[in-house]
Amino acid sequence: MIEFLKNLDRRWIFLLMLLSVAIPILLQTQFEETPSKLSIAVFDQLEKLEEGDKILLAFDFDPGSEGELGPMATTFVRHCCEKKLKMYFMALWPVGEQMIVDNIARVIKADFPELVYGTDYMNLGFKAGNEGVIKVVLTDMRQLYTTDAEGTAIDEIPMMQGVDNIKAMDLMINISAGYPGTKEWVQYAVTRYPDKITLVAGCTGVQAPLLYPYIPQQLPGLLAAIKGAAEYEKLVMDKYGKRDADGNMDEEGKYFEGRRRMGPQLVAHVLMVLLIVVGNLIFFAERRREKRQ
Amino acid sequence: MNKSNRLWVILFIIGAVLVAGRMLISQSLIGKAYVQAVPVNADEENEDHKWTLYEQSSQTKFNEAVLEDPNQTKYLFSFSRTIGVWIAALLTIFVLSFLIRDNPLYKFAESIFIGISAAYWMVVGFWSTVVPNLFGKLSPDMVRDWAMPGLGIDERVELMYIVPLVLGLMLLWILSPKGGWISRWPTAFIIGVFCGLRLITFIHADFLSQIRNGIAPLWMVDSSGSFDFWESLRNVFLIIGVLSCLVYFFFSFEHKGIIGKTAKLGIWFMMITFGAAFGYTVMGRIALLAIRLEFLFDDWLWLIDPTGKRLEAVISMLGLF
Repeated sequence: MIEFLKNLDRRWIFLLMLLSVAIPILLQTQFEETPSKLSIAVFDQLEKLEEGDKILLAFDFDPGSEGELGPMATTFVRHCCEKKLKMYFMALWPVGEQMIVDNIARVIKADFPELVYGTDYMNLGFKAGNEGVIKVVLTDMRQLYTTDAEGTAIDEIPMMQGVDNIKAMDLMINISAGYPGTKEWVQYAVTRYPDKITLVAGCTGVQAPLLYPYIPQQLPGLLAAIKGAAEYEKLVMDKYGKRDADGNMDEEGKYFEGRRRMGPQLVAHVLMVLLIVVGNLIFFAERRREKRQ
Repeated sequence: MNKSNRLWVILFIIGAVLVAGRMLISQSLIGKAYVQAVPVNADEENEDHKWTLYEQSSQTKFNEAVLEDPNQTKYLFSFSRTIGVWIAALLTIFVLSFLIRDNPLYKFAESIFIGISAAYWMVVGFWSTVVPNLFGKLSPDMVRDWAMPGLGIDERVELMYIVPLVLGLMLLWILSPKGGWISRWPTAFIIGVFCGLRLITFIHADFLSQIRNGIAPLWMVDSSGSFDFWESLRNVFLIIGVLSCLVYFFFSFEHKGIIGKTAKLGIWFMMITFGAAFGYTVMGRIALLAIRLEFLFDDWLWLIDPTGKRLEAVISMLGLF
């Protein structure tokens, strides 16, 4: 048995992992989420804002990490819409602009058609330059952003009146898939103006351990990976979700993506733990056999 | 035909049969995409300034609209987006096929990805940065007439931007067979600027701020003024963890006695951190696999319909689950 497991073709493991993810997706398995302190902190930061407050949403991710970050991006936009905040979208990743356009279509245009472009929300689009862009928008946005993503002169957009730099924002949200992302926003913006810029973020699982040292002084709230997204979704939908006459949630599935993806997570993690345990058992059994010999 | 090629042919046939079978039991062909026509009226007086945007829609909305008015033109079947769904599905399968072994289909998908990424970065960089932030500063009138009618009319020529133009041209000199050394000057400028920026930022944001974050009270009280055991324990762990990890990287003394034991504790803290990082990485990768499978099952094969996009989803249709 040990010999069989030791020499097992790794493609059987891949197949097991594929099935452990595919079956819960087909069954649409979902579990109840209990929000953590960090997710509640993110939610509370947005809840503190008043109608008409300005919020900057920096979408620093691309389709490669959409599976992890897309659900939290959708919920962030929904939360901002419910709170009637003025949303300023921007991206430091080239395809981040498409992520912005996608979320504007999915959430704002579909469910909040009363919101007007230029008055309630606007898209500044992508600018190359990584942390260089952060340095510039801290002092003078117009040096970089002469027009918005659609080519309209920045001074002709009503909600840009009186906004010279990002210090005018009441809160900043960054959704980050890597470099440049939350780390750079903390380093270049928050640390320099800790009293004027408050940042909360959502990030990929790979980045999360690197960002924990900034909590809570430099980063009051963080949604870590799909788990953080699922918790935040629950908080937002519990407060703002529409219910039918029986009290059941009556919403489109786009606001439950995070929780939907936690089903495959659970099964795949159980498989992963089992594989690690089996791998270790084989290792120790092998070592004991070598010692005997 | 060798064993490997035989395996590929068998897998291909099984896949094709499954997709064909799925199409046969479907009420309509699977993997179709629908759009909603949104008229845009930028200028009431000028007919040239009116056009139609096609935004993503769903089969549900299309069917509802057709039932109401069979001649409606607001919701439409999109042939180009349908082709897009099929190409995306096939490329996803090509990339996943690498798990079986390296193969020409994977190489094909990889080459397309690299080519498109490089071209996309180049085009986006040109239109979002070079045109508005360089040409737009040096010759705003020309850029307004040529590419960006929305550029503000009070934009003035800023001659200082000749410096980045010259530096950019010098950087491109690396492509020339002679005088490649010229590109070293702007490269040196870039390295110098970023070293300076990053050094200062690191000292502020990481070094000094982290020292401040590490100074935490060991006796915590909650909002009612009573002792908060768990917060206090957290801070105790934080300080022990920081100090023991620092001792591990302290190589001026041999790791023996109390220093050795503290360094060993530091290794344990680091191992736990690496384990947590690995766990998060696994979670991230599974989420990425989940969205690709969800795309294949939902948008392509129409097996599930979590967002209510269509009337038909085979899993619910067959009443299996």
